[in-house]
Amino acid sequence: MKINNVILRTVTRIVVYIILTLAVYLFLAGHNNPGGGFIGGLVLSSAFVLLFIVFDIETIEKAIPFDFKKVAALGAFLAVGTGFGAFVFDVPFLTQAFGYFNLPFFGEVELTTVTIFELGVALVVVGVVVTIILSISEDV
Amino acid sequence: MNNLLVLPMALPVLAGIILIFFRNQIKLQRGISLGVSFANIGIAIYLLNRIQEEGILRLDFGGWEPPFGILFVADSFSVILVLITSIVAAICLLYAFSSIGKSHEKMLFYSFVNFLIAGVNGSFLTGDLFNLYVNFEVMLLASYVLIALGGKKIQLRESIKYVVINVLSSWFFLIAIAYLYGSVGTLNMAHISERIAESGQTPLLTGISMVFLTVFALKSGLLLYFWLPGSYSVPPTAVAALFGALLTKVGIYAIIRVFTLFFYHDPDFTHTIIGILAGVSLIGGSIGAVAYKDIRQIVSYNVVIGVGFILIGLSVGTQAALEGSIYYLMHDMIVKALLFLLAGTMIKVAGSASMDEMSGLIRNYPLFGWLFFIVMISLAGMPPLSGFIGKVLIGQGTVETGSYVLLALAFLSSIVVLYSLLRIFLNCFWGETMISFEDEVPMKMGWLIPCVLLSAATIGLGLGTEVFAPYVSDAANTLLNPQIYIDAILYDK
Amino acid sequence: METLITILAGVLVTVATYFLLSKSVIRVILGTAILSHAAHLMIMTMGGLKGGVVPLLDGEEQGPYVDALPQALILTSIVIGFAVTALSLVLAYRTYQETGTDNLDELRGNKHE
Repeated sequence: MKINNVILRTVTRIVVYIILTLAVYLFLAGHNNPGGGFIGGLVLSSAFVLLFIVFDIETIEKAIPFDFKKVAALGAFLAVGTGFGAFVFDVPFLTQAFGYFNLPFFGEVELTTVTIFELGVALVVVGVVVTIILSISEDV
Repeated sequence: MNNLLVLPMALPVLAGIILIFFRNQIKLQRGISLGVSFANIGIAIYLLNRIQEEGILRLDFGGWEPPFGILFVADSFSVILVLITSIVAAICLLYAFSSIGKSHEKMLFYSFVNFLIAGVNGSFLTGDLFNLYVNFEVMLLASYVLIALGGKKIQLRESIKYVVINVLSSWFFLIAIAYLYGSVGTLNMAHISERIAESGQTPLLTGISMVFLTVFALKSGLLLYFWLPGSYSVPPTAVAALFGALLTKVGIYAIIRVFTLFFYHDPDFTHTIIGILAGVSLIGGSIGAVAYKDIRQIVSYNVVIGVGFILIGLSVGTQAALEGSIYYLMHDMIVKALLFLLAGTMIKVAGSASMDEMSGLIRNYPLFGWLFFIVMISLAGMPPLSGFIGKVLIGQGTVETGSYVLLALAFLSSIVVLYSLLRIFLNCFWGETMISFEDEVPMKMGWLIPCVLLSAATIGLGLGTEVFAPYVSDAANTLLNPQIYIDAILYDK
Repeated sequence: METLITILAGVLVTVATYFLLSKSVIRVILGTAILSHAAHLMIMTMGGLKGGVVPLLDGEEQGPYVDALPQALILTSIVIGFAVTALSLVLAYRTYQETGTDNLDELRGNKHE
């Protein structure tokens, strides 16, 4: 059964981009302010879930052809992998490093290894949330 | 730098994650999982020897010095348990290779086993109370999945109860942590110990200790074991063996750690209560072990008896008794895994879990029958096997302190254990042959070899007591003198 | 303030207990979720609720910092609670599919099977 919900569809098309932007903002703000990988990931996955609800699951799966279980695994691998970086540099496990770099266009930017870890967390959250929603909604 | 310390937890986690990518390459999955277990055995042996030379090792995550950061601590007690965990895990994996079935293996079975091992090892090694909670949850989440994996009706039914009871006990754990943090203002285990020693163990703190006891009693099946026989008898044999060998032992480890490091100032109250709980679970477990005809139930109640026995050592609290507890803990992990594997195999070859419907198995499977005999006398505590030394030392401790009631309960329960298993042995292995040689289920080598290895381990542990003696006595010594632990964590920059 | 929040946590525990004791699986799971939130409030209260500025930032604000540790603990424990709740919901759903009931009385299990 298909419900032709025009208003929801139209609004979603616009709102999804706002949510995605907010997610990226929250993710990057997390280093020094409220936010971070977990929250960013949750907001990101809420955008996906909105898409899944408003459009068909099949339609969206065609547009975003990821296996979300693999996304979660990749995220977890990134997060744990940053810990193992410590073995290479011979510092205590999970030690973080940061530095200031002059990038073209952006100017001086603080780059940290925590961001990689947080990216992993965000991917795990997105993967897990979407997997849960999909597996419950499969045969309703 | 002691980065090595994190590997017993981090390696399985990493392996578990990598295995998700290779979901369909079963050979690779098996290889990686087994490789990780062997690596952990090696690391544990190396660490154990280093601890004897350099004292307690610690690893501050991210370079944050205690008490500010979280950390992993390796003392003899934890590393001995990590070692035995890795051995048992490797052998259970071997058994799983030939018994668990393709459908399980493709449903990420090995990933979750790895996560389970990571949680168990992490719980043993952590030096931070909240980190202990997190590791418990890692372990429990993996166990929820493993119990339900396969999706049979009875598995799902039991898993719901198992999940709810564990969520509830985790909640108590959180509340206990909140209370403790509110009273002493720190979560580093060594720092908590020091703060409690400074302020004295006030009645409030003793009250909090009881909340901790409730939590860990639920997890380890001390008195609060009502959930245990149901949930341990539904998963596949290899999983049940892992659960029986490892999960309750983590609870026991936590009880021993908490009541030797934090709340050791008022043993008249706290340790007496532990003694009573241990005694009652010995009685309850004994009644359960003789009451049922379902082999899986009998075996599960034997786990409860083991828990009670180990904690008698803690409640007595002398050097000898604690050494006995540690020996018995090592013994119990190996032998319970063996017992679960044997029971599972029996059910598989006989096609039924009831004692009445099995008979004369020893004619069909002679080696298998004698393995059961070995596990039986090992659990009863016959001298050349591993159960003996633990029982003697715990007995010695109870005599030293004059706790004759506990002594009597402990040794009566040993007789009940012997009786309950002897009943299985007589009913199922002796008597008329029930399975004719034509329709006998062939015993796979993959089932027998793990059982033989575990039997060799129990014999080895019994004969090699001398080899383990220095490590165990160091472990007991550290447990009895918390100052050693505190000095190594807080004052060894 | 601390007293109020402690009472609130108590109310949540009451509600959760009521849910936990009901027969429907889904209510039991909701109960566990509420229960864990009660625990989070409790941890928060234990760290002290008022008085202090944002920790670990060298900004213009001066003065004693609030205790950051309980917040880190709660975040961790929320994530764990999230995972457990999600898992148990999926589990309950699968059980419902398999057994056709979400009544705990019928999920008891008995000798006759």
